Amino acid sequence: MSLTKEEIQPAKSIERLDYLDQLEAEAIYIMREVAGQFERPALLFSGGKDSITLVRLAQKAFAPAKIPFTLVHVDTGHNFEEAIRYRDELVEKIGAKLVVRYVEDTIKAKGLQEPTGKNASRNWLQTYTLLDTIEEFEFDACIGGARRDEEKARAKERIFSFRDEFGQWDPKRQRPELWNLFNGRIHKGENVRVFPISNWTELDVWSYIKRENIDLPSIYFAHERECILRDGRLLNNTPVIQPDENDQIVTRRVRFRTVGDMTCTAAVESDAATLDEVVAEITISRISERGETRIDDQQTEAAMEDRKKGGYF
Amino acid sequence: MDLLRFITAGSVDDGKSTLIGRLLFDTKNILADQMEAIEKASKTRNAGEIDLALLTDGLRSEREQGITIDVAYKYFQTPKRKFISIDAPGHIQYTRNMVTGASNADLAIILVDARQGVVEQTRRHSLIASMLGIPHVVVAINKMDLVEYSEDRFLEIAKTYQELAQKLKIKDLKIIPVSALNGDNIVDPSANMPWYKGDTLVSVLENVNVLNDLNLTDGRFPVQYVIRPQTPELHDYRGYAGRIRSGTFRKGDRITVLPSEVSSTIARVEIAGQEVEEASAPQSATLILDDDVDISRGDLIVASEAAQPVVSQDLETLICWMDDRKELKVGSKFTLQHGTSRTRCSVRSIDYRIDINSYEQLEDIDTLKLNDVARVVLRTANPIAYDPYAKNRTNGAAILIDETSNVTVGACMIE
Repeated sequence: MSLTKEEIQPAKSIERLDYLDQLEAEAIYIMREVAGQFERPALLFSGGKDSITLVRLAQKAFAPAKIPFTLVHVDTGHNFEEAIRYRDELVEKIGAKLVVRYVEDTIKAKGLQEPTGKNASRNWLQTYTLLDTIEEFEFDACIGGARRDEEKARAKERIFSFRDEFGQWDPKRQRPELWNLFNGRIHKGENVRVFPISNWTELDVWSYIKRENIDLPSIYFAHERECILRDGRLLNNTPVIQPDENDQIVTRRVRFRTVGDMTCTAAVESDAATLDEVVAEITISRISERGETRIDDQQTEAAMEDRKKGGYF
Repeated sequence: MDLLRFITAGSVDDGKSTLIGRLLFDTKNILADQMEAIEKASKTRNAGEIDLALLTDGLRSEREQGITIDVAYKYFQTPKRKFISIDAPGHIQYTRNMVTGASNADLAIILVDARQGVVEQTRRHSLIASMLGIPHVVVAINKMDLVEYSEDRFLEIAKTYQELAQKLKIKDLKIIPVSALNGDNIVDPSANMPWYKGDTLVSVLENVNVLNDLNLTDGRFPVQYVIRPQTPELHDYRGYAGRIRSGTFRKGDRITVLPSEVSSTIARVEIAGQEVEEASAPQSATLILDDDVDISRGDLIVASEAAQPVVSQDLETLICWMDDRKELKVGSKFTLQHGTSRTRCSVRSIDYRIDINSYEQLEDIDTLKLNDVARVVLRTANPIAYDPYAKNRTNGAAILIDETSNVTVGACMIE
């Protein structure tokens, strides 16, 4: 299905091209380069706001045709049900092809050891499932919603990020990326991760969602939720997280600032129940997105760098 | 609010990381947890003083060696503008990174240590900024605190630099005395340098006019992709998707397709599926033509009434060689990527190499090594439609791709 009237914003003349228009034009250009340069491109879709933004940009890039990418979701089995429901409705609405692969299946098939202990998370194991999925469908490009403002290693990654046949990122051997000339040439078995919203900040994404009036899963907005209070962070109270004697079960008015695997995504206390309120809250926020809500980055100073070298997206 | 991309060139010794840290800090763009992480890292590595340079050190291997390996991007904003800061390392072996960073920049900040004045590195960075056609250059004479905020010292360095800038034909130049460490002339005018009446660094960044840098006269539209929904209701829809590189395209305009030279008229201009009257650089748009012509990815749609690009198989280029594994030699073959087109090419001749420090032209050159800059003549298998780089930064640029490793090995500016 193509975009509805309400989803289309009036185009602007050059004098009024503001930063969101510039970022959008760049992202659409990148999407079209992927479609033009690759045989079997995929779009990694998590149900989070960044990948939802990617889908909207892809719709705009190829309107009135359907998006020429397969949506791929690597499901850790620990996802928010609101995000899964949203995913299925969106796929239905835009008529896209969806592939879901489960970390649970990879664990069983490969006999992987699940991390145990207090902050155990399957998030890292996603890499195995992702690499297997790339191999299974012979995807040569995978579009992801990573942004350079999120994290130090991402700040240095290219928009077209070359990965070898093991999915590895080598920061010292990145291809120079000049002007707007993206080099997606690869050998069979290698692939390229593409990040169209590399140059967007968290606030840019929210401002764009607001401007475009994009529908989001309800967990992004303030609601009452039963949470586990652990080391000052609020985690969703779910059977996949085992509280211990130091944890407290509390009910708070919260929203999620990032939506990922439940074991490593914390909620923030908030009264922001609408897009306007969320944007206002983020504008004045003094803590970065990953710092506030991502437990997996806190473990060492180079946690993301190490994960990326191993094939994480 | 618009967006400005700027590159900062200089080395750790010039206080470059401190300057970027200072920009982020003084414009209140450092978040609480980032500050906390820096304080923590400062404690373990330095004597406890907060080191703003740590804000820009990304990878573990960089922190271990205390250097910047790669181009890093930082994002911040003031009430007036959004900024993308491109941080390119200053060491000679990383010239390719500065070229990479400079290729997309609207403005360059070149750092000079007030104690050292204009040194070899300053000349190198200035040449690259000028060669890559960055429209605006700001020279930040840093560490003014270490020369007692001396106006004489500032004027002396400024005079030397102005001579250099003339040789390089730098169009818009500003020279500002600063202390990144203490924040002098970064956001607020410095109380230590009342003799300086010019703008502060942030004020220049906020106010520099980049709208005039866009080429809005020569319509250039490289076709990226052909949109064909092939649904019953859109059976005959054929839209050419691309990003306008320069100029404006309007409904009813005559266009020429290059290199085939087929002509047609624009039936419709669309942005995101919606019809608009016109679209201009740097917008991404879709063009629908009156006639059923054969157009595919790699073709260039040109506004017929605008000045026409050169269509040729012989290219005189300035090349920065970026590969450390192979050398460029006469007879070497590559894939040339220009806009959305790719064609094979071979090296006809190397006319001369440019010493990027002395700007001397060195002749009788057989090969190019990593970071060499040279004038090279290429012959392409298929004609390409280009504009001279100095006239059109987007349609005069190309990259060389190694045909076996697929790596990007050269940056070309077509003359």
